[in-house]
Amino acid sequence: MAKTLYEKLWDNHVVHTEPDGTALLYIDRHLVHEVTSPQAFEGLKLAGRKPWRVSSIVATADHNTPTDHWEQGIQDPVSRQQVETLDANMQEVGALAYFPFKDKRQGIVHVIGPEQGATLPGMTVVCGDSHTSTHGAFGCLAHGIGTSEVEHVLATQCLLQKKSKTMLVRMDGKVGAGVTAKDLVLALIGKIGTAGGNGYAIEFGGSAIRALSMEGRMTVCNMAIEAGARVGFVAVDETTIDYLKGRAFAPTGETWDKAVAYWRTLVSDADAVFDTVIELDAAEIAPQVTWGTSPEMVVSIEASVPAPEDFSDPVKREGVMRALEYMGLTPRTPINQIAIDKVFIGSCTNSRIEDLRAAAAVAKGRHIAPNVKLALVVPGSGLVKLQAESEGLDKIFLAAGFEWRQPGCSMCLAMNDDRLSPGERCASTSNRNFEGRQGNGGRTHLVSPAMAAAAAISGRFADVRELPI
Amino acid sequence: MEKFTTHTGLVVPLDRSNVDTDAIIPKQFLKSIKRAGFGPNAFDEWRYLDHGEPGMDNGKRIKNPDFVLNQPRYQGASVLLARSNFGCGSSREHAPWALQDFGFRAILGESFADIFFNNCFKNGLLPIVLAKGEMDELFRLTEKTPGFELMVDLPAQMVVRPDGHKIPFAVDAFRKECLLNGWDDIGLTLRHAEKIRSFEAQRRAAQPWLFA
Ligand code: SF4
Repeated sequence: MAKTLYEKLWDNHVVHTEPDGTALLYIDRHLVHEVTSPQAFEGLKLAGRKPWRVSSIVATADHNTPTDHWEQGIQDPVSRQQVETLDANMQEVGALAYFPFKDKRQGIVHVIGPEQGATLPGMTVVCGDSHTSTHGAFGCLAHGIGTSEVEHVLATQCLLQKKSKTMLVRMDGKVGAGVTAKDLVLALIGKIGTAGGNGYAIEFGGSAIRALSMEGRMTVCNMAIEAGARVGFVAVDETTIDYLKGRAFAPTGETWDKAVAYWRTLVSDADAVFDTVIELDAAEIAPQVTWGTSPEMVVSIEASVPAPEDFSDPVKREGVMRALEYMGLTPRTPINQIAIDKVFIGSCTNSRIEDLRAAAAVAKGRHIAPNVKLALVVPGSGLVKLQAESEGLDKIFLAAGFEWRQPGCSMCLAMNDDRLSPGERCASTSNRNFEGRQGNGGRTHLVSPAMAAAAAISGRFADVRELPI
Repeated sequence: MEKFTTHTGLVVPLDRSNVDTDAIIPKQFLKSIKRAGFGPNAFDEWRYLDHGEPGMDNGKRIKNPDFVLNQPRYQGASVLLARSNFGCGSSREHAPWALQDFGFRAILGESFADIFFNNCFKNGLLPIVLAKGEMDELFRLTEKTPGFELMVDLPAQMVVRPDGHKIPFAVDAFRKECLLNGWDDIGLTLRHAEKIRSFEAQRRAAQPWLFA
């Protein structure tokens, strides 16, 4: 029978099924970071249990780590304790790889997994972090999980799951210049809403997805969670295989050939049936900017801030009014008239080398506007940083007035010192524009890296397609 | 895990959709390496007028009188009414920990985000999905009736209103059994340890690159 890729990946990992359909899925890769793991390791120890297979673990410290003055260590004692707890747990338990604070391969967990070749097609990947969906770009079943589940996977190498419904999001057409993977996924969320994918596993397909690099596919899968999906993924093709060749934990020699032969089967069968199909014309999508406090509150750069009366559902209208108030915006203001205070280029959505290149191309030979108080560039990993520096991107950013920082989650969630002050408005390449996400009272507008750079230069949102590169 | 069979409690209405886990428990409290003690900081940014940080004496902070959880009539509430997509965003289990520590035992809503929904079950907190029409009615009744309580009957899978009206709800059989018995998932899964081991051995033989 014809199968979707989701069904293939699922069937390949089922160890046991309960009568009600709840399955035990075998987990191939367990990514661990400092914020959601301490209670899991403690629980394991209290119960006198041992980790099932430490060679499945890849860990790093990213959420709490500072992005400058590394020579001073972690100043905040509570953050330091959390990072030191991870150090201690890793020392005690062991792992396939651990990239601690200051290691040159340290970085955001979802950037380093793929970069190290620790994320491979056909795997089940879990991490105590919702953006684990990122790894789906490699044809993986990648679940974000809670801390109890982290402990469950440590102890049993399995995750309890019920099968999701399947959704195919097909994006066909050639994207316009200046339009990126971020714009595609924001446009999708604008269309189906943040609950649109609830209960679904989303496969992204179509010519516009096939044309994306692995970096772009990771950006799209990363935000599948913002569309409400449990997992998001892309079928394996030559782009996937080319990316993996030669990576640290990727197979080599004969094993590589055998693996590649298997990986090529990780596509939905031509006649497979999905529960839902959503189609988007990628050629019609313009650069996107969110205006509210949910990723579904998004419009194109050519549009204006909506008004509550545009929405007929009273609960939605109420939400729009609250968002406008929080964001300090007046209905009908053209998006390109909105001035910004800060810019953040980083996060597991957009901090890979391609993202930094796109932002640098816009920043090159220009300078940030006088009203922009801070423009941060935070590479996703130490290796991305080194690569960018070898291409001279750091110099371009510094000359343009940006700050060039050490890798980490940084202002994506503002657990360290990088944050917005109340009322500050930020053009951010991250994934969440919730109230207070980037700092108490801060106002976040989600955009692509090129659009963030254009905003930094213009001091307000600007259509990157109008800035000659 | 704490067992859940039936629970009767005061109801509080949180009438907004897309309540995210950043709002339920802001990030600065995630630096704790413990599971307990998050209750005083549940909905911190909405509940207090000042900015909260770990280690503050929450009893001395000024509460936002407009926030529904602070209203005198809802003190001691243990059943939360929510709208759609409750618990979206970050996977932090600190969100259900905070809600439970605050005193909630059940959340009734139109829909929940997946990971949050899962996390609730692991902590003896019961999320219940009801149709919009039923929720609208519950919001209306809660707001107009002082001391409005609901009974949640997990064995019968019913929410019972004081007027006797019963609203059936669905729950996975496996999750229900775990909640009713207060079972620890890990212990249950380890009953299948042999099966996991033989699955792993086959996998190692077929796809050795996964075990490098
Ligand atoms: S960059 Fe942001 S979204 Fe990604 S893992 Fe870090 S905190 Fe989470």
